Amino acid sequence: MELSSLNILFIGAAALLGIGMYGMLVSHNLIKIVVAIQILVKSALLAMISAGLARDEIQLSQSLALTVIVADTIVAVIGIALAVQVRRRIGTLDVRELSKLKG
Amino acid sequence: MQIISIHTTLVSAALLCALQAIHSKRLLISALWLAALSALLSILFYILGAEQVAVIELSVGAGLVTVLFVFAINVAGDQELKGRDIIPIPFAAGLVLIGILLLIRFIVPLEPPLRTSRSVSFVETLWGLRGLDMLVQIVLIFSGVLGLLRILAEAKAPLEGAVTEEVAALRERDLQALAQQSTAATERISQATPEPF
Repeated sequence: MELSSLNILFIGAAALLGIGMYGMLVSHNLIKIVVAIQILVKSALLAMISAGLARDEIQLSQSLALTVIVADTIVAVIGIALAVQVRRRIGTLDVRELSKLKG
Repeated sequence: MQIISIHTTLVSAALLCALQAIHSKRLLISALWLAALSALLSILFYILGAEQVAVIELSVGAGLVTVLFVFAINVAGDQELKGRDIIPIPFAAGLVLIGILLLIRFIVPLEPPLRTSRSVSFVETLWGLRGLDMLVQIVLIFSGVLGLLRILAEAKAPLEGAVTEEVAALRERDLQALAQQSTAATERISQATPEPF
């Protein structure tokens, strides 16, 4: 594996991280924020696999990535459940409306 | 050189998908772009030699999570949100750009890869070295199933309440109609009966 190829992979992971963080900062919709979290986790997966490739321990990074995928799916399920509950009880998915709640 | 170009193409396409997922106005389109991002990343993982993760990412990331998103968008509705931003977009973009450029500055160029002589199989790594994590994953899967059940249970509850209220309202209306009929009949009988001497 050439060094420049690894560099491309790590730069891609960093750029995905940036896009996910930007999405979390500017999104108003709760479901869109869960999408941004998914992008963040995918960047972590790409960085992990690339690191395994760099250390020549791809099997270890694969087993770690498996755990990350399971945890990521659970985070998505719980986040979506929370968003649906908020929509049902409060009537909106807008995070700006949620921040006005008192009590 | 060809491998590098394939990597560059796949990473650029993945970045494009991620940008579209953030920028698209409709949530359904956003979820579909996220599925495309998962599929592209799984192709990349396969090329890099992580076949098991590629298969699981394709089935879970592009399949299960997308189905969940579509279900949630159907239940919660795709409302367009307008108004003032919490954080101004140029400020957020500048902040993230500076952070990412600093991160790239620190990690690139990479040191030459450290080659280790160990070569452990995937099965040995997964079940031998990280057996405890597998137990944690089982617990996580159960909690996820409970979360999903929670969504489904709450989706049904208002419907049942509405049906019960509707039946009660119909029964109340029937009872009122019966009471009016009986009152009218009593009046008719009392009018038809002659006065006693």
